Amino acid sequence: MKVQVYVTLKPGVLDPQGKAIHHALEGLGFSGVSDVRAGRFIELDVADDVSDADLDAMCAKLLANTVIENYRIERA
Amino acid sequence: MKTAVIVFPGSNCDRDMAVALERVTGRAPAMVWHRDTALPNGTDFIALPGGFSYGDYLRSGAMAARSPILRSVADAAARGVPVLGVCNGFQVLTEAGLLPGALMRNAGLNFVCRTVPLTVENSQSLFTAGYSAGEAIDIPVAHHDGNYFADAETLERIEGEGRVAFRYAAPVNGSARAIAGVLNDEGNVLGMMPHPERAIDAAHGGTDGLRLFEAALGVLV
Repeated sequence: MKVQVYVTLKPGVLDPQGKAIHHALEGLGFSGVSDVRAGRFIELDVADDVSDADLDAMCAKLLANTVIENYRIERA
Repeated sequence: MKTAVIVFPGSNCDRDMAVALERVTGRAPAMVWHRDTALPNGTDFIALPGGFSYGDYLRSGAMAARSPILRSVADAAARGVPVLGVCNGFQVLTEAGLLPGALMRNAGLNFVCRTVPLTVENSQSLFTAGYSAGEAIDIPVAHHDGNYFADAETLERIEGEGRVAFRYAAPVNGSARAIAGVLNDEGNVLGMMPHPERAIDAAHGGTDGLRLFEAALGVLV
């Protein structure tokens, strides 16, 4: 089964890459974008018996750095 | 005096670090591969060098922090063995939870590679006892992810405990409170983005890094 993990910077943590992307969008003439936050998407293919707790531990121990990042897990 | 340099795939300052350690101790360090599970017996100083371990995959230092040898490094640190992490080594130490905070992409998004002025904030640690508090020194940096971040509470705590070892004296990478180097609570683990091993010989353009090694290794001789 496929599991999607979204890793995003915590609110309040400055995101220079998001700022640069935002700036580039404006440079291309796109208006109406008030903010851009860049993150990471990770897709796992896991056995059906992998528990939610296991997935949570994978995120907390490796996939996200919880000092600066939040994560969200979605089972397909 | 037995020193060790941990080598990861993608380390590129391991040999520079080895030269610095040998210069001060007169003895070449053990070069310990990331897959090894134990340090040589009697290792009494550990260095994590700069570079791009595991190609900076996932996050800088993230994979190296979960490599087999890091368990031994963490055990040694807990026993009080001095551990110095420079640049990528600093990133590894934060990812491993041996130091607080995280190192994010430089605020200016550029790789910064130049000699920068630092202020020595704490001259009481085993790594910084060769400097005086408030002393201005010049050490090279070369990094893309050196923007130190920690939450406000953590910053207050490490400042209050005198654990900021070095601060940038001019803007470099957007680091919180211009922090360039941080100590753990016991004072035996130091992580810093600047490269003291690149400032140990007049031919490097400066020798301000030499006293760090002399102090850290001298107290153990």
